Amino acid sequence: MIKFGVVVFPGSNCDYDSYYSVKKILGYDAEFIWHKENEIKNSDVIILPGGFTYGDYLRAGAIAKFSPVMEKVVDFAEHGGTVIGICNGFQILLEAGLLPGAMLKNESLKFICKDVYVKISSRENIFTNKISKNVLKLPIAHGEGNYFAPEDVLNKLEENSQIVFQYSSPEGEVSKKFNPNGSLKNIAGIINKRGNVLGMMPHPERACNPLLGKTDGALIFKSIVENLLN
Amino acid sequence: MFKATVIVKRRPTILDPQGKAVEQGARLLGFNNVRNTRIGKYIEFFVDTNNRADAEKEVNEYCTKLLANPVIEDFEYNLEEVSDD
Repeated sequence: MIKFGVVVFPGSNCDYDSYYSVKKILGYDAEFIWHKENEIKNSDVIILPGGFTYGDYLRAGAIAKFSPVMEKVVDFAEHGGTVIGICNGFQILLEAGLLPGAMLKNESLKFICKDVYVKISSRENIFTNKISKNVLKLPIAHGEGNYFAPEDVLNKLEENSQIVFQYSSPEGEVSKKFNPNGSLKNIAGIINKRGNVLGMMPHPERACNPLLGKTDGALIFKSIVENLLN
Repeated sequence: MFKATVIVKRRPTILDPQGKAVEQGARLLGFNNVRNTRIGKYIEFFVDTNNRADAEKEVNEYCTKLLANPVIEDFEYNLEEVSDD
């Protein structure tokens, strides 16, 4: 059975949501990994959950990247292991250099907590290639989701189909009008060149339980598992 | 012993939403001549060595690896020799 390892940093607050969604709703194996641990407990997929690690002091994710477990996560990712960073987890992946770019404060300076639509802009990866929908409805909740990268990096992301999710209309129109935070190219989620590390600002783990009204997040976890089982 | 003072600044080409918002406050206060408010960070600490080259090396690494994010920020620092007590 595919096992998800959910890393728990001081200040993580979506760790239990992630664990609950993959284990209790989707029925996969899951285990918490305290950030001081030196192993990832035979996980097949690592989730870096959302939250405010170390109080977001200095910069979001800046201190968490030095937690002992991160050395193992980086090693795992460099050997092709599947890693998904959600919200603050995405910020940690950027700070750790597993994904290119950086996060700025939202253009509006507001913490934004609402449902948004994201277009699946690339399917050449294990996170989306088994999803038949073109647009997902997912919640966002962040103050620093304004993705920035220098132009040459942005061009490379586009060329290599690394832009996986873009903020869009419910029909999949990507334009400034549907950009909640000012992120360049409406970026909501990107993968590394190898395609095994995904960072995304929307919260798929909060959109898995039918009782809570949204289930599009489950499609991402299912896509990962289907790929790993084949 | 050295005292280090570090200033971390966002690159000039990068949007600074905080600076923009603060400048709106300046307008409300009637400071009509204020332009291009940019917000950075000031950090100070001591480096426990008497060798300036060692201290510089350490401060540089501290800035590059943690205090500043090289994707969006630049840093500058000053090192001042101080007595040990």
